[in-house]
Amino acid sequence: MGVGPEVETDYYNFESMNFPPGHPARDTQDTLVVAGQERRPQRDRLLMRTHTSPVQMRTMESQPPPVRIVIPGKVHRNDAADATHSPIFHQVEGLCVDTNITFSDLKGTLDHAMKALFGSAVKTRFFPSFFPFTEPSADVQISCIFCGGKGCRKCKNSGWIELLGCGMVDPAVFAFAAEKQPTYDPKKISGFAFGMGVERIAMMKYGISEIGSFFAGDMRFLGQFV
Amino acid sequence: MKILTKWLRAYLPDLPVDDAQLAEDLTLRGIAVEGVYDLGDGSGSLYEMDITTNRVDAMNHYGVAREATAIYGLTLPPLDFKLPQPKPVAKPFSVRIEAEDACGRFTARVLRGVTIGPSRDWFAGAEVATYFGLLEQKQISNAVDATNFAWIGMGQPTHVFDLDKIEGGIIVRRARKGERVKTLDGVERVLDPEDLIIADHAKPLGLAGVMGGWDSMITPETKNVLVEAAWFDPVAVRRTARRHGLHTDASHRFERGADYNAAEVASALVSSILLANGGWIEGDLVDARVPAIEARTANRKPVELKLSEVRRILGTTIDAEGITAATVEGVLTALGCGLAELAKKAELAKKAELAELAKGNEVWLVSQPSWRLDLEREIDLIEEVARVYGYNRFANTLPAFGEGVRALLWAAQESEVRRTLLAAGFHEAIGSTFCSAAEAALMAPQPGLAVPLGNPLSEEAGVLRPSLVAGMLAMIAGNLHRDVSDVRLFELGTVFSGTTEKVDERPALSFGAVGTLPEQGALHAARAIEFHDVKGAVEQVVGRFQSRTVLFDRFLAEAGLTPEWLHPYRAARVVVDGMTAGWFGQLHPRVAAERKLKEPVLLGELYLDRLYKLPLRQPIAREISRFQPVRRDFSLVLDESIAWEKIDQAVAGLRIPELVEWRAREVFRDAKLGAGEYALLLGATFQAADRTLREEELQEFQARVVEAVGKVGARLRS
Repeated sequence: MGVGPEVETDYYNFESMNFPPGHPARDTQDTLVVAGQERRPQRDRLLMRTHTSPVQMRTMESQPPPVRIVIPGKVHRNDAADATHSPIFHQVEGLCVDTNITFSDLKGTLDHAMKALFGSAVKTRFFPSFFPFTEPSADVQISCIFCGGKGCRKCKNSGWIELLGCGMVDPAVFAFAAEKQPTYDPKKISGFAFGMGVERIAMMKYGISEIGSFFAGDMRFLGQFV
Repeated sequence: MKILTKWLRAYLPDLPVDDAQLAEDLTLRGIAVEGVYDLGDGSGSLYEMDITTNRVDAMNHYGVAREATAIYGLTLPPLDFKLPQPKPVAKPFSVRIEAEDACGRFTARVLRGVTIGPSRDWFAGAEVATYFGLLEQKQISNAVDATNFAWIGMGQPTHVFDLDKIEGGIIVRRARKGERVKTLDGVERVLDPEDLIIADHAKPLGLAGVMGGWDSMITPETKNVLVEAAWFDPVAVRRTARRHGLHTDASHRFERGADYNAAEVASALVSSILLANGGWIEGDLVDARVPAIEARTANRKPVELKLSEVRRILGTTIDAEGITAATVEGVLTALGCGLAELAKKAELAKKAELAELAKGNEVWLVSQPSWRLDLEREIDLIEEVARVYGYNRFANTLPAFGEGVRALLWAAQESEVRRTLLAAGFHEAIGSTFCSAAEAALMAPQPGLAVPLGNPLSEEAGVLRPSLVAGMLAMIAGNLHRDVSDVRLFELGTVFSGTTEKVDERPALSFGAVGTLPEQGALHAARAIEFHDVKGAVEQVVGRFQSRTVLFDRFLAEAGLTPEWLHPYRAARVVVDGMTAGWFGQLHPRVAAERKLKEPVLLGELYLDRLYKLPLRQPIAREISRFQPVRRDFSLVLDESIAWEKIDQAVAGLRIPELVEWRAREVFRDAKLGAGEYALLLGATFQAADRTLREEELQEFQARVVEAVGKVGARLRS
């Protein structure tokens, strides 16, 4: 298991995850920033981490491959709160780096994990997506846990529910890690990473309609999970 | 973004699937169709698309059609708009690119004698009225609609100027300090010297790649038009757009990289739509290019791609044959990399001894199409192969695993704290990471070290919480305000302190309780939660850790040592092995009044970073003695200032192995005692592991106990 700080530097949260300064990809993660950072070099600026991915880099910097970690943690975005958005939420991230780690390993690992989480009858399917820190990138859907894939209201009659993002670690990310650990040579090693929103999964699994319920401390809500 | 299948099929009449299948096939290849809406007889479907930001090239009809050709092995006819012969002109229209770092290409075409009017279906490939009607795209005039058509059709932003409003010619340059321009949205904008603008020889005309200018816009009276199709640098456009708070279709595309080679085709499309309503072309297309930018967009250095690398990254396929050289070539060719060119480059590569001849070791030099600026490296090409081949055609394999699982050092400790409080009847909650500056000042264990946010969600969330108490209090108040009167909560979370240069994060625990404890069967009626209930919970938590001493102390209110959020007389400090491990007690009545809380709120915080320095208590079994235990009671009289802890520590300090258990059995006060005194019945149990205790031994132990408690101020009651 790996953990990291909730207040991160621009370098770990963005730059080393292959979000270059001024890149439109940064627009997708509205960021809460610590005051008084304007005069500091961009890479040192402090912000509330927008994802748990910086822990990938911190872990790789601290040890040579192989790496196999799971990273749970709290993250923050400068998002207006509504039924499905909260400025505070949690992610669980995974990173696997070694020689001969392949895209089919990523598929098999997540298929296994989803079956462990939602039952052995669950099927997974992958389709292309985009994240700056992985390539190839994928979104993963699982067969609807409510209707078994026949189609129902919860899966909008598609039979599938989108659950997480993943991909093969982008060589650019390894290049950042290699600044401190030269053994992260993308010609010799490879890896995969995945991440998912904890609240989103809990909301689906337990039929929770408001993400804000997780952060209100309402006894009537919490009492249902004893 | 919306896509019409009717428009797609106009590009690809031989599409072998129906609209639903096409939607699914595109989605599985990353060109996600979120919704399919039937538009009725003969009109096909409308796709609601969700295309990732790296694929701006596919955010238009021609781009989606190109993806379809890769899936079904079709050929996409090139876009070709035949224009009439231009009338010759003595002096071509003047275009100058001054900002050569930010504008890679600027094409200008002069159209004269045009008629501005409503749009209709002009010719095959420019069914403006039909397509816009199906898309519910507002029709404005043939000039504006022509640029929108080029945008929706092929994703190339273009602009049309009223030629007669342009003085001299076009200059693409940075703005000068103090220059102004009124943009098409009617806003008068003061320009910054970093803004990239289109100007004429006298004045700024518009923001390059973002929005055109008001004064040179097309009006119903416009007779002569200049058609602009250009390539602007992503960063320059992004900076200009951001500075002026604008996000337009054009800026969206340029920020993500436009197609350098599309300018000429888009200009021809816009021009032919305008000319369909009358008018003529004056002079040849003026095409100003910056070779340095052309070299890094349209004419990039080919990328080396090895089949072995494709297989190393992608792994096992379900199909035994796997990814072959033919797969790679088929996919990349269809996406615009060009088979002939590939073959030629592969030949060259062979001669340069780049390619290894053995099968499976093919090496290609792949030239990238001008519309795919996202294809820069070998891995980008590998992704294309995987994507078009189909992600779900790869097998599910598992990586080899050689090591055991290593948990975090404090994971067991945190889990023990959580378990203990859950067992004590508290619910776990998660409060806000932020609090107000005033709350931070009141509740921070070290005042003055709260870290402010630069763009807080609200003033009440202006700083990083230095304590979990603020959030706990907010959650308790939230329950009470919702008429939930019995609350027991705890939170495990991070607290922050430091400066805006360096932020320190530590784990903490907060807990709070208010209201009544539920009845426990017939014998124990419901009763109000009191101080000692919370103290008991704290003792249980602290008791999970292996410490030498745990004590609770309190200070006189005047000492000013009790935190200000706590009641001056109903608060205790938790001291573990001499360290302050936290505080708890009743909420200060002033704070309670400010929050309109009438009920006494009990709450506190433990500094887990300090507790986590201690290992978890690990029970070590000892042999159960076969010999008789002996109980002795000591009736003690104590001053009220002497707490049980002092007695407890004095007894523990004796370290008599045969003294196996002691406790306060009774506490009472009566008139026979002196003022400010109380009586305590200390019960002690003696037992040896290897013998029956003799009376003289017991007497010696008793004497030592009396002496020890006497040293801390207790006397035996006579």
